Amino acid sequence: MADPIVEMKDVNKYFGSHHVLKDINLEVVPGEKIVVIGASGSGKSTLIRCVNGLEPFQGGRIVVDGHPLEPGNTSKTSRSLQAIRREVGMVFQQFNLFPHRTVLKNIMLAPMRVRKVGRNQAEETARRLLDRVGIGNQADKFPTQLSGGQQQRVAIARALAMDPRVMLFDEPTSALDPEMIGEVLDVMRELAAEGMTMMVVTHEMGFAREVADRVIYIHEGQIVEQGPPAEVFDNPQSERTKAFLSRVLKH
Amino acid sequence: MGNFQFDWQAMISSIPHLLEGIPYTLLISGVGLVFGFVLGIVFGLLSINPIRLLRWPAIAYIEVFRGTPVLVQVLFIFYGLPEVLGGPIDALTAGIAAIALNSGAYISEIVRGGVQSIDKGQREAGLSLGLSRLDTFRYVIWPQALRRMIPPLGNQAIVSIKDTSLFAVIGVGELVRQGQIYIATTFNALEVYLMVAILYLVITLTLSAILRGLERSGLVGQ
Ligand SMILES: Nc1ncnc2c1ncn2[C@@H]1O[C@H](COP(=O)(O)OP(=O)(O)OP(=O)(O)O)[C@@H](O)[C@H]1O
Ligand SMILES: [Mg+2]
Repeated sequence: MADPIVEMKDVNKYFGSHHVLKDINLEVVPGEKIVVIGASGSGKSTLIRCVNGLEPFQGGRIVVDGHPLEPGNTSKTSRSLQAIRREVGMVFQQFNLFPHRTVLKNIMLAPMRVRKVGRNQAEETARRLLDRVGIGNQADKFPTQLSGGQQQRVAIARALAMDPRVMLFDEPTSALDPEMIGEVLDVMRELAAEGMTMMVVTHEMGFAREVADRVIYIHEGQIVEQGPPAEVFDNPQSERTKAFLSRVLKH
Repeated sequence: MGNFQFDWQAMISSIPHLLEGIPYTLLISGVGLVFGFVLGIVFGLLSINPIRLLRWPAIAYIEVFRGTPVLVQVLFIFYGLPEVLGGPIDALTAGIAAIALNSGAYISEIVRGGVQSIDKGQREAGLSLGLSRLDTFRYVIWPQALRRMIPPLGNQAIVSIKDTSLFAVIGVGELVRQGQIYIATTFNALEVYLMVAILYLVITLTLSAILRGLERSGLVGQ
């Protein structure tokens, strides 16, 4: 097996005295698609937010593409953070587009400021990515002029503009009207088919079953069960997983 | 009640005299507010800095200049500070300094509120794209905060323009002072002060209209 691109070793995370991640050990190899499932408050978001350093953690070690993150605010960690965030894209539940910038300028900002790409090339890339996510004709609109599904596709294009090696998705369809979920999942499916390394928190079990190489079930900050979707969904070993799945699959 | 007669003529003829005060009123408030804006950005941002050593002096500045009357501030600067400096401060400079320091404290709070009102997802989106903290602030947070700050900044400008009327006491030839001088020779207090009030209204209503125009244009607010 290839060397992992994301490696979490004995990661522990607290919010105050609340122990939110407990001894997380996880390796993700390039091209792998991980889907993280679990009840609300179990620590799914916190887990993937640790990968790009949006959440600091108190114990253990995370290595992303060779860049190590450790607890505490060391200068080594802050250099790693810079490097990691260039290589890791993130898509949020609430899109978090920049409302004062057009769609095009949302996408062009990071390549120009971080990768020092010229304006023309940044614009060319942005338009190509918008075409790819199916909204090439919306380039000059402002985010609020788009539907939720379109906004989330812009957010995906914005992350892709940095040419990331890993993409993190935190419930990318949870804020969408049901009829728009499909268009966003389609974009994610394509991305998966092209070989992107993905870590996805989602309640879309159909998507998980179809796309995931590995499903991880988290309960109260611990990885309780993991494996290929067919095994986790159809033959869960842990009682907790069974209970969780019977609750979510009922709908 | 005496047999009072409103003297229209006195009111009209006070106008040219009063107009001489308007440049001072606008100069003190305009220049004062520009410096106040700079102070407000600096101290407003310091007041939300995670480093306590930077935050503490900023909060002290804001509390002191918000918590004391601007009249006391200008008297302190005009009459008090020369004792320390060993030389006089001219009244215009004292007035500008008082407006700058006073509005700076309020604008600090406007800046703080504006920046803190931006959803934290915006910062996270910027950082997750690899932008530095400075670039995230400059390109993501600040432009949005500034738009939200325009209405309260306009409000502060109106307050500061009216505050300059207090500086008549140190003899700056602004609007109220010009009125006082004129009344001293004509004794038409009612007519002249009414005219003074009208001239303040003309200034502040003009500013309000500009601000409303800005808000309608969609460039500011939300
Ligand atoms: N900023 C914070 N401060 C304090 N506690 C927090 C913070 N963020 C999350 N938590 C707590 O940490 C735990 C894990 O939160 P997290 O957001 O990772 O859960 P989640 O599995 O993503 O839940 P959801 O499905 O609701 O998004 C929860 O108990 C939550 O209340
Ligand atoms: Mg979550």
